[in-house]
Amino acid sequence: MSSTTTAPAGVAKTPKSKKAGAGAASDRSVAENRLGMKLVAPALVVMLFVTAFPMLQALWLSLSNYALTAPDDRSFVGAQNYVTALSDPLFWRTMLVTVGIMVVTVFFELVIGFVFALVMHRVIFARGIIRTSILIPYGVITVVSGFAWQFAFSSTNGFVNAWLPFVEDNFNWFGEQFPALFAICVSEIWKTTPFMSLLLLAGLAQVSEDMIEAAKVDGATWWQRMWKVILPNMRAAIMVAILFRALDAFRIFDNIFVMTGGAVNTESVSFLTYRQVIEQFQIGMGSALSVLLFLSVLVIAFGIVKLFRVDLAAARQEG
Amino acid sequence: MGNTPLRKVGIVLGAALILVWCLLPVAWIISLSFKSQESVTNGSPGFFPSEGGFAGWDNYVAAWDNEQFRRAIFNSIGISLIATVLSVIVATLAAYAIARLEFKGKKLVLSTALAIAMFPVVSLVGPLFDMWRAIGLYDTWPGLIIPYMSFTLPLAIWTLAAFFREIPWEMEQAAQVDGATSWQAFRKVIVPLAAPGVFTAAILTFFFAWNDFVFGISLTSTEAARPIPASLSFFVGSDPFNRPASLLAAGAVIATLPIIVIVLAFQRKIVAGLTSGAVKG
Repeated sequence: MSSTTTAPAGVAKTPKSKKAGAGAASDRSVAENRLGMKLVAPALVVMLFVTAFPMLQALWLSLSNYALTAPDDRSFVGAQNYVTALSDPLFWRTMLVTVGIMVVTVFFELVIGFVFALVMHRVIFARGIIRTSILIPYGVITVVSGFAWQFAFSSTNGFVNAWLPFVEDNFNWFGEQFPALFAICVSEIWKTTPFMSLLLLAGLAQVSEDMIEAAKVDGATWWQRMWKVILPNMRAAIMVAILFRALDAFRIFDNIFVMTGGAVNTESVSFLTYRQVIEQFQIGMGSALSVLLFLSVLVIAFGIVKLFRVDLAAARQEG
Repeated sequence: MGNTPLRKVGIVLGAALILVWCLLPVAWIISLSFKSQESVTNGSPGFFPSEGGFAGWDNYVAAWDNEQFRRAIFNSIGISLIATVLSVIVATLAAYAIARLEFKGKKLVLSTALAIAMFPVVSLVGPLFDMWRAIGLYDTWPGLIIPYMSFTLPLAIWTLAAFFREIPWEMEQAAQVDGATSWQAFRKVIVPLAAPGVFTAAILTFFFAWNDFVFGISLTSTEAARPIPASLSFFVGSDPFNRPASLLAAGAVIATLPIIVIVLAFQRKIVAGLTSGAVKG
């Protein structure tokens, strides 16, 4: 008796509850729909008010010649600002610098972050200490990390020149473009590698140990397991990490502002945009640069998603 | 390979490397903050304060005595806290709806949040600068709180939605069967269960607001609302050609302290929030 009661009860229950759900569907789903929209509305309004609306305004402002220093001379100029920006070597130099920083930092963050993730995945002792300390760079304000590294690379007060045997003690890192960009990249990589390694660690944890064991039993070497089993199964996590870090790196601004102030050709596109709007009050030109910056981010995001052939929305919504 | 000694050595070395990586620059800025200002002006390369160049707490006292600096810390605390509370309330409502209800526009909210998470902050500075001046929000607390809210909402919504999906929702239905309305069931049953997730979202939101720099320097012009990162970057000291490195270091340490305390206290929650929002979410 006892063995038969459980099974039929379960079977009988399913169609019943389905029926009940279908019967109430119209009423309930209408109420649910309304409640859902109401709950989501505040978030949507706040998000759109500060992004979509200003972005549309930027689009409009970018078509006019509008400087706060001469507000009365405002006039509609069409695509003139875009033509000026795109034909100016300054714009392309900042673009090159920005893309360079993005590629270099994301590459090193990915490599170092993955090594960190592997270590954290396997480490047995001192887990708490390591996890806590890896969050410290994430928590440190970017401006502060910029200062820390600027002073570290300083030829008068820093320790980097003294510690590096192949660098002269009075070498000025901020006197030339490439050394200065190197210092900026170091500060960026230091600050954000931990974030990358945490995302990769979460991805590693989702790779099934059984599959790795099976590959081991089949005689796969460490490299083969890494390339054929672990990495393919982490593709979504790796893509999310790269996407978010790349877009973040493309917006680089804080470190550059603190470390070089844009001197010796270290300006990024963000920096150029900021300088046009806030320092020179060129709202029209600055808005055109804002739109170009936004479009670049869209192109990069699209490119990365296409490259990895992962549906981002699906990757995020599924467990 | 198994657990060969070589592998063990590798892991120990790796762990040591991680610790050095994370803590070296922090140790350096702390060390710098204890160097005397004279020794820094004269040039004192090296990691630790040199002989006779140790300043004790002098730099900290000087930084704290600086009116502009104290005011910036106060601004940062106030603005970040208000933005966090508001953002988390709004995000909680949205995340509940996303995790729990079927409704039109769900996809729209998710894709809007995704787009905003990728938004280049600087491209909004121009239009916001113009708008805020027109409606009187420039150089005020709300002028920073509103942008902070909208930029922390995506992360908060994802983190919370990820948490909410793991909540046993049958309990809510049970409460509804017992006669509670949807709202009552949400408030009495789900809110207590969701509290840890909400707390995690709050920490991450606070981090963002505290760390912000672009809005902080662009949408303020005086001490009325300028937050601490912006204030640090504009701090010049008496000699405009020689930034007071050790004083700045002390200021930087003070500004970082609240975050480090939060990290130490809640590291488990932060890791869960960061990874669930980005990978599992």
